[in-house]
Amino acid sequence: MRFLKIFLLLLFPITVAASEAGFPLYEMVPDLRDKASLQRGAKTFMNYCIGCHTLKYQRYKRTAEDLGISESLMLEHLVFDPNTRIGDLIVNPLSTDNAKSWFGAIPPDLTLYTKLKGSPNYLYTYLLTFYEDPSRPFGANNLVYENVGMPHALLELQGVQQRKDCKEVARFNPNGSAMRNPVTFEYLTRTLCGDELIESGISPLELVQGSGELSDEAYRKVIYDLTNFLYYMGDPSQLERERIGGWVLLFLAFFFVPAYLLGREYKKAFH
Amino acid sequence: MSAIQESFRNVMSWIDDRLPVTEAYEKHLAKYYAPKNLNLWYYFGIFAFVILANQLLTGIWLTMSYVPTGDGAFASIEYIMRDVEYGWMLRYMHSTGASAFFVVVYLHMFRGLMYGSYQNPRELIWILGMLVYVALMAEGFFGYILPWGNMSFWGGQVIVSLVGAIPIIGDSLAVWVRGDFNMSGVTLSRFFALHVVLVPLLLLVLVVLHVLALHEIGSNNPDGVDIKAKTDDQGKPLDGIPFHPYLTVGKLPQIIIFLFLFAAVIFFYPDGGGYLIEHPNYEPANPLKTPELIAPVWYYTPFYSMLRAATYPLFGMDAKFWGMVTMFGAIVVPFILPWLDKSPVKSIRYKGLGSKLFLAFFVIAFCILGYLGTVHPTPVKTLMAQACTAIYFSYFLLMPWYTSVEKTKPVPERVPH
Amino acid sequence: MSDNEVNPARRNFLLKVTGVVGAGGVAGLAVPFVGSWNPSAKALAAGAPVKIDISKLSVGEILGPIPAWRDKPIFIVKRSEQMLEKLNAKNERLADPSSERVQQPTYAKNETRSIRPDVLVLVGLCTHLSCSPKFRPAIAPQEFDPEWVGGFYCPCHGSKFDLAGRVYAGVPAPSNLEVPPHFYESDEVVVIGIDEEVV
Repeated sequence: MRFLKIFLLLLFPITVAASEAGFPLYEMVPDLRDKASLQRGAKTFMNYCIGCHTLKYQRYKRTAEDLGISESLMLEHLVFDPNTRIGDLIVNPLSTDNAKSWFGAIPPDLTLYTKLKGSPNYLYTYLLTFYEDPSRPFGANNLVYENVGMPHALLELQGVQQRKDCKEVARFNPNGSAMRNPVTFEYLTRTLCGDELIESGISPLELVQGSGELSDEAYRKVIYDLTNFLYYMGDPSQLERERIGGWVLLFLAFFFVPAYLLGREYKKAFH
Repeated sequence: MSAIQESFRNVMSWIDDRLPVTEAYEKHLAKYYAPKNLNLWYYFGIFAFVILANQLLTGIWLTMSYVPTGDGAFASIEYIMRDVEYGWMLRYMHSTGASAFFVVVYLHMFRGLMYGSYQNPRELIWILGMLVYVALMAEGFFGYILPWGNMSFWGGQVIVSLVGAIPIIGDSLAVWVRGDFNMSGVTLSRFFALHVVLVPLLLLVLVVLHVLALHEIGSNNPDGVDIKAKTDDQGKPLDGIPFHPYLTVGKLPQIIIFLFLFAAVIFFYPDGGGYLIEHPNYEPANPLKTPELIAPVWYYTPFYSMLRAATYPLFGMDAKFWGMVTMFGAIVVPFILPWLDKSPVKSIRYKGLGSKLFLAFFVIAFCILGYLGTVHPTPVKTLMAQACTAIYFSYFLLMPWYTSVEKTKPVPERVPH
Repeated sequence: MSDNEVNPARRNFLLKVTGVVGAGGVAGLAVPFVGSWNPSAKALAAGAPVKIDISKLSVGEILGPIPAWRDKPIFIVKRSEQMLEKLNAKNERLADPSSERVQQPTYAKNETRSIRPDVLVLVGLCTHLSCSPKFRPAIAPQEFDPEWVGGFYCPCHGSKFDLAGRVYAGVPAPSNLEVPPHFYESDEVVVIGIDEEVV
């Protein structure tokens, strides 16, 4: 069991650029072609997020088209307000007054959130690093957003994460492979505490086993899909843009041939 | 066929009697002689025209869906990006075009410095060009405000606050410029009017004057040779070629390469890693929340660095005032360049070591200033910015000295082959 | 011929090829500029089909306040027995009594130009220059027509339509008033803007 745990640590996602609160961000590589992932992400959003967060610059209809969901399916399974029409913007009935009194601030619109953060890494890491903190009003804190005002909305899925002061972590050879005892072949570990953990990009959080509906892996997938969906949301025309862009560049390359030959003809006249 | 040609000729002569269309066509295109030794550096003027056309067209189209109010602006940009058919393309063409404009204009200006294109008799061309550049900076600044994202707001806040550095009247002047006590929808609406009407008009007039002045004197060239000095018996310059078609259709391949690069950015890197469209601009303007780092768009950062480089009060005026003086000084000094250069030759090819070194250091310092303007200042970086500011000004202000003492090479009478 | 000599034929040929390809490029470039003038997603959403409750509409009257679909006025009239009797009495006065010109979906190409004989659904814009005609239900002589049997009168240019929206002969309007695509979701709710089979 201990081996397995350390082995999992080795597989831990690589982290990139540190967040504001100091914990390095996990890298999340979005895939806009994975329609199934985007659809699952949309479903998670509509089930867990829309109560507080809007996507107020985007319409259901456009989303349905881009994600390959039929309009009737969208209205049936992803829209819970019967008065909502398919051409409407993705908003919620939460009033700003209520929001302010509940959370102390209006939950941000998420249409452009991954764009605002420059990459989907922040959101992805944020959603993975909620932990139990009884000193906070909603009992939750976050590694990349210290003293966050938002409750852990996906707690029932992920389960409770607790922040540990110290953690036993694997040791690595200079070539990046895990260090083992040359005789017993046991993995070698060392104990890191507090800031040392954060600086080495190792999460000080530990899941209370069995406290969530999903396994760690399944939860990660849910968050990946949700982040992927919100990444799509930031720039919904990206795939179309790149497709058209390819044709434009191809055309210009093709146009270059006669233009180049013609230019050469003109050059002859004065050389 | 001949009947059609005949009637075309009649129509043209009828028009020409009343409006000199053919004469203008010949003067500016078919019989405008450009030196035959023009190199890559001479394309950037043409590229600037291509971008100007792009900006005007996409700009007009964007105004059709944009809402110039504090409440509506941000959402209207997303409306363009999502709800308007091909709106994203028009918007990215415009936002990328703004940066592309400055890329080609900076290279165009560097060409002028390198080959002495500002020297007698081309002083007015240079001054008009500088005016185009200043108008372009104003245009870029006003345009930058329009998306009304948080970076638009705070960037605008910083620049308008500069006005407040003017002694005595500064503060009330800043309020007058904003039309409010802080940046607001009122400011946005007036900047919109300036961005889409006044400055573009000014820009067009200045560009036309810039080109007219150029066509009066003729283009310079990498050797700084006067091609009009040697003509054939019909008065055509021996080393000249007609602008049209040789430098229009004949230069199509280069224009296509330029468009290829331009399109690659539009379609594949429209955010430019946060340099073309900044990340903080993806949330609406918020007067209560400053973005962590306020940096202007890259094309202003050299001047922004110089603004920040002034950190000492002097002669009873505070550092803020001197920062403003330094920044505006940096924009004004190039205007008098034609009278600072005492060299008998135009092109860097024939100038001495002094000119070459000063130009090289000037370019390096300008680039470093540009970089420094995008990052947080630290004591070391401020020191670097101060050194680079000194180099920037010494390039201009020491020019009378180093161009008159250095040894130059003889300039050939005709364009060398 | 030396490779370095000017060859006018070759140059002309290349000019033509470049011109044609370049024209293609210009046409392609025009696509976003032309396309962006189409109704945006917002306009399309606002122009989506509308449901109209007609339970409060009484016989002989027009539904008020006048509902709108795509910002166009929609006339919904419940015709009385008397109105229906007079409807096809003097067809020779009409320009297109049997609705040959396509100004209605096929399910409204009948004597009453409607799905339900009593209920008339029209786009309330004159086919002349798009003024909105006035509803004049009275079967009585009018200043513009002594033999009036009820219908619509356009005050802008004097066009006249009967109670099936059919245009009279000898007026400026060239064709019958348009019947929008519509269907009855129930006896009391009519959906404007979409045909039943599409749903």
